[in-house]
Amino acid sequence: MSEIKTVGVAGSGTMGAGIAIVAARAGYKTIVFDTRQAALDSARKQTAGFFAKSVERKKLTQDQVDKIMGDLSGTTSLADMAACDIVIEAVFESLKVKHELFSELNKVCPQTTLFASNTSTLSITEIAGGSGRDDRFVGMHFCLPAQLMKLVEMSPGIRTTDATFQRAWAFSKAMGQTPVKTKDNPGFILNYFLVPFNNDAIRLVESGVAAPADVDRAIKTGLGYPLGPLELLDMVGLDTQLLLCEALYGITHDPRAACPPLVKRMIAAGHLGRKSGQGFFNYSGNAMFGG
Amino acid sequence: MTYHILHTGNSRSFPGAHALHEKAGADLNAADVIIVTGADVGKHAASLSQWKDKTAVLLELGTECLGVYAGESRGVEGSNVLGFARFRLGEGDPSNLVELVRQPRSSEAAISAATQVFEGAGLKVAVCGDFAGRIIDRLVRPYYNAALRRLDEQLASADDLDTTLRLGLGYPEGPIALLERTGLAHHFDVTQAMFDAYGETAYVPARRARVAKQSSKK
Repeated sequence: MSEIKTVGVAGSGTMGAGIAIVAARAGYKTIVFDTRQAALDSARKQTAGFFAKSVERKKLTQDQVDKIMGDLSGTTSLADMAACDIVIEAVFESLKVKHELFSELNKVCPQTTLFASNTSTLSITEIAGGSGRDDRFVGMHFCLPAQLMKLVEMSPGIRTTDATFQRAWAFSKAMGQTPVKTKDNPGFILNYFLVPFNNDAIRLVESGVAAPADVDRAIKTGLGYPLGPLELLDMVGLDTQLLLCEALYGITHDPRAACPPLVKRMIAAGHLGRKSGQGFFNYSGNAMFGG
Repeated sequence: MTYHILHTGNSRSFPGAHALHEKAGADLNAADVIIVTGADVGKHAASLSQWKDKTAVLLELGTECLGVYAGESRGVEGSNVLGFARFRLGEGDPSNLVELVRQPRSSEAAISAATQVFEGAGLKVAVCGDFAGRIIDRLVRPYYNAALRRLDEQLASADDLDTTLRLGLGYPEGPIALLERTGLAHHFDVTQAMFDAYGETAYVPARRARVAKQSSKK
C-alpha cells in the first residue's frame, strides 16, 4: 500500500475548491484540474481569500498559508494528474460526464492511483463501472462547505477491495476528516434526508406559506440549525439542487425528491444562488464561506 | 405598545413564567393588543368582534388553523386577529421562536404590533400563512418519519444516523435522539394531524411512532 503524497481534485467548483483546501491544508501536494482556466483562477482567488481570513482569525500563520498555497496548483491538462496518488472527482452530477472523466484519468494515472468520487446521489458502483478500475474506486462525499465540515461519507462500491477502502479511509483521517461508512444507497445518508427536506422548504415559499427569510428564521431559531434551508440552497446552487433532485428522484421516485417547479424558474432567471449573486437572497459580495 | 393577556388553561407556548407575562398590562380595555393563551382560546371567539378596534388580537394555536376562530371567506379573509404558537417539540422546552399566523388580508399594523410585542419579550418571529403545521412541522415531520423508516430498514445504526446528520449538517441533535428526548408519541400526534389535513404519505406516522403511541396508552 503506497503512501498518498499527492492529491488530485477534478473540478474547481464550490466542492472541488473546498476539498482542495482540505487536502492542501493537511500538507498534501494538491493539483486541481478543470477544463476552464477562468474557473481555476476564480477558485484560487477565493481560496486565497479563505486562507487570508484563517490568518486573521489566527487559525494559521502567514508562513503556513504561503506553504499551503505553494503546494496548491491548478491545471487544465489532464496529463498533469499522472502525479497523483488519489484523484477525487467533484464535477457535475452526471454519470456520463463522470464516466468520460474517469476513463481519461485511467489512461494517464498510474495503476496504484486511487479514484474517488464526491458524488452525492449517484451510485458509486455505477460510476466505478466506467472508470476502468472499479476495484480501486471509492465514494468520498464531503459536506458543504467542505473546507469547514469534518464529515466524509465513505461508500465502497460492489467491487471495491477492502485494501482500497482502508487506504482511502486512512487518507480521509489523515486529512483531519471524520469518515463515516455508508451503504452505496441513493443519497447515502445526508442527501437522502437533505434533498427532500430542502424541496419541502422551497415548496413552502412556492405555495406562499412563508417568505424565505421567515422559513430560515423559523428553522434556525426553532431547531437551532446553523443555516436555514434556503440560504443553504443558495450556497449549494439551485442548478445543483436540480441535478440532485433528478438523480435522487430518478432512483427513488419519492415525490418529495421531485424538483419543485420554482427551482426551474429560478434557474431560467439566472437566480442560481450565491454564485450568481441572487438566489432566494441577494448577495453583493463573492467571498468564500468561513476562514 | 400595551398588551393584556387572557389565560384559558394550560398553554404549550408559555407553560411557565416568561418575560411576556412580566410586561403585560392589567387593563384589557386600555391595551392596544390582546393575547389569548392556552388550550381553550375558542371560548373567546365570540369576543373577537368586540375587539375589532384593537391593533391586534393574538390567539394561541395548537394544530388547528386560525380560520377556525377568525373565519374564512373566498380567500380574502383577514383582520386584526392573528394566530401564534411558540414552537415546541413534544415534552421539550419551548423554543424562542414564535410562528405568527396571518390570513391573506390580515392587517399589516396587527402583524407589526405582534412582532413588536413578542420581540420585546426576547422572542423571534417568523410570519406564515394559515396552514396546518405552519413552517417547522411542515418541514420536520416528514424528515422524522423518514429517519425512523430508514432506521427500520437498517441504513445505519441510530447513533450513526444521528452522528452523520449532526456532523454533516451541523444539527445540534440527530433525529433519533431528539425524538426519544421529546417523545415519539407526541410526534405521532402531530404527524397524524398533518396527515389528516393533507393526506400526503410523507406525514403518515412511521411505525416506531405508532408503536410508541400505542405503548403510551397502556
